[in-house]
Amino acid sequence: MLRLLQIEFIKLWNNRASKVLIISYFVLLTSIALIAAIKFDIGPVQFHLADQGIFNFPYIWHFNTFVTALFKLFLAIVIVSMMSNEYSNKTIKQNLIDGLSKKEFILSKVLTVISFALISTVFVFVVSMILGLVYSDYNEVSIIFSDMEFLPAFFFKLVAFFSFCLFLGILVKRSAFALGFLILWTILEQVVFGLLGWKVMSWEAAKSVKRFFPLESMGNMIKEPFTRLSAVQNIGQQIGENMKFDYHVYWYEFLIVIVWTAVFIYLSYALLKKRDL
Amino acid sequence: METILTVNHLTKKFGYLTAVNDLSFSIEKGNVYGILGPNGSGKSTTLGIILNVVNRTSGEFSWFDGNTSTHDALKKVGAIIERPNFYPYMDAIQNLRLVCKIKDVPETKIQEKLELVGLWDRRNSKFKTYSLGMKQRMAIASALLNDPEILILDEPTNGLDPQGIHQIREIIKKIASQGTTILLASHLLDEVEKVCSHVIILRKGENLYSGPVDSMLASHGFFELRCDDLDQLQSLLEKSASFGKIENFNGTLTAYLKEEMDAQSLNKMLFDQGIVLSHLVKRKESLEEQFLTLTKNQ
Repeated sequence: MLRLLQIEFIKLWNNRASKVLIISYFVLLTSIALIAAIKFDIGPVQFHLADQGIFNFPYIWHFNTFVTALFKLFLAIVIVSMMSNEYSNKTIKQNLIDGLSKKEFILSKVLTVISFALISTVFVFVVSMILGLVYSDYNEVSIIFSDMEFLPAFFFKLVAFFSFCLFLGILVKRSAFALGFLILWTILEQVVFGLLGWKVMSWEAAKSVKRFFPLESMGNMIKEPFTRLSAVQNIGQQIGENMKFDYHVYWYEFLIVIVWTAVFIYLSYALLKKRDL
Repeated sequence: METILTVNHLTKKFGYLTAVNDLSFSIEKGNVYGILGPNGSGKSTTLGIILNVVNRTSGEFSWFDGNTSTHDALKKVGAIIERPNFYPYMDAIQNLRLVCKIKDVPETKIQEKLELVGLWDRRNSKFKTYSLGMKQRMAIASALLNDPEILILDEPTNGLDPQGIHQIREIIKKIASQGTTILLASHLLDEVEKVCSHVIILRKGENLYSGPVDSMLASHGFFELRCDDLDQLQSLLEKSASFGKIENFNGTLTAYLKEEMDAQSLNKMLFDQGIVLSHLVKRKESLEEQFLTLTKNQ
C-alpha cells in the first residue's frame, strides 16, 4: 500500500502544475483563518466578523467544513489530470507493462484520493480547533466536541467527489473535456430535477429523488450554514420569515454518498479492465 | 530446457477483424527470438496480450512455470512496445526511480543501466527534451532495470536514423551476449537475421512457422561455383544424386543440395574428376529468401 502511494507521489510531486495546485489548496484551507481578520471600523459602526459567532463551537465545525469544501475544485483539477495524463502520455500502458496490475493502478489512485481527503479533514480540524479556541464564546469540552459529524461528512464528501473526478478522467481520457463534463453533469442534475418536477411528478417527490443524484447527494451532506448564524436568524425573525432548517447530517446521507463512491471506483476499474490500451 | 513463455491457441478479435488467430508458440530460456511479419500481421497485438495491456478473446498464455500471475511475472520481464512512454515532465532519474518502485527493485541499478545506454550524462534532463533515439535508449535502460529474464522489444529501431539504429543494435547484441533471452518483433529481416537464433513468422495473425532460423526451410543450402569449363561442371553435377536444381547465372553455377554435403568433399570429388574450381562458396538461403518462399507457399 505504501509502495502504491509512493508511486503516485513521485508522479504528482514532480509535476509542477500539480505541485502548485496542491500547495495553493492547502494554503487556501489555512487561509480560512483570515476571515477572523475581517473588521469594519467606521466610526460608531464596529463590525468584527469573528465576534459574530461564526467561530463559536460547535457551529465552527459546520461553517468551516462548508466553506473549505468549496476549495475542492483545486484538487479536482489535479485528480482529473493525474488520471487523464496517464492516457495522453500513454504511461498507463508502460505502468502495466512494467508490472503494475490494473487493480493496483486503480488502487494507487484511490489511495491518493483518500489521502487527499484525509489530510484535508485533519487540516480543517486543526485550523477550526485553533480558531475556535481563540474566538469561541463557549469553551466547555462537551460543547467543543459536539456536532462533530461534520468532519466525517466532509471526509466522505471529498472522497466521493474525487472518486467521481477519477472516473471522469478514465472515461473521457482528456483533462479539459473531463472537467467540462463535470460542469455539464452539475447542470444536468438540475435539468433532470426540473423536468421531473415539471412533467413527471410533484415537486416534493422530485426533491426526494434529487437527493439521490451523485453531486446533489454530496452537496446535501453539509448544508449551508449561514442561516444558522444568530445575526441572520435575528433578521429573519424581524421580517417574519421562518428560518428553522434542518442542518443535521443523517446516516442515509452518508450511505448514499458511500454507495456512489463505490460505484465510481468500481466503474473506473471495470472500464480500465475492459479497454484495450 | 526452461520455458519462459507458453502461448496456446491465442485469438484476438477487434470487431469483425481477427488480429491474432489461434496462435501457439513457446519461448525457451537463453535463445534470441524474432517475431517476423509484415505490418498489421498481429505482432504488436500478440505482445500486447502477453504484456497485459490488450485483452484476449480466447486462448491462453502462461509466464514461467505458469504459477505466477501475469503482473508479477511482468516484474521479471523487460519490455518496450512501440513508442517509449515516460512522464515528459520528469528527468531520467525520476522516471527510472518510478519504474523501480513499480517493479519493486532497489534503485541501485539506475546508474549502471543509464551508462550502458549512454544517457548518464543527460540524467538530469527532462524526458521531453530527448531526441527519439535517446528516448528509445532510455526505454531500453528502463526495461533492463530489473535484470529481466526476458527482454521484449517491439520495433526498437523504428523511426531512428542510421546512427540510432546502429546504437540500438549494438546494445541488443551486448545484452544478448550476456545470455538474456530476447524476443524481438520486427518487419526488418536483416535486423532479425543479425541477432536471432529462432523465429516466429506471422501473417494475418496466423503462425506460419516457429522454430530455429536454420531449419525454417527443409533445405541443405546451396553451392556457388565457378571454373573454366562451366558446361562440363554442370553436366557432372546433374548426374549426381546430391543435387537438385542447377542454375547458371552470369558465369556462376548455383547448385541446390538435396542432401547434406560439405564444401570440402565436393571440392575433392570435383578435383578427382579433373575440374579445378576458381570459386567455391557454400551458403544457406538468407532469411529474406526463406521468408519470401515461406509466405509465397501459403
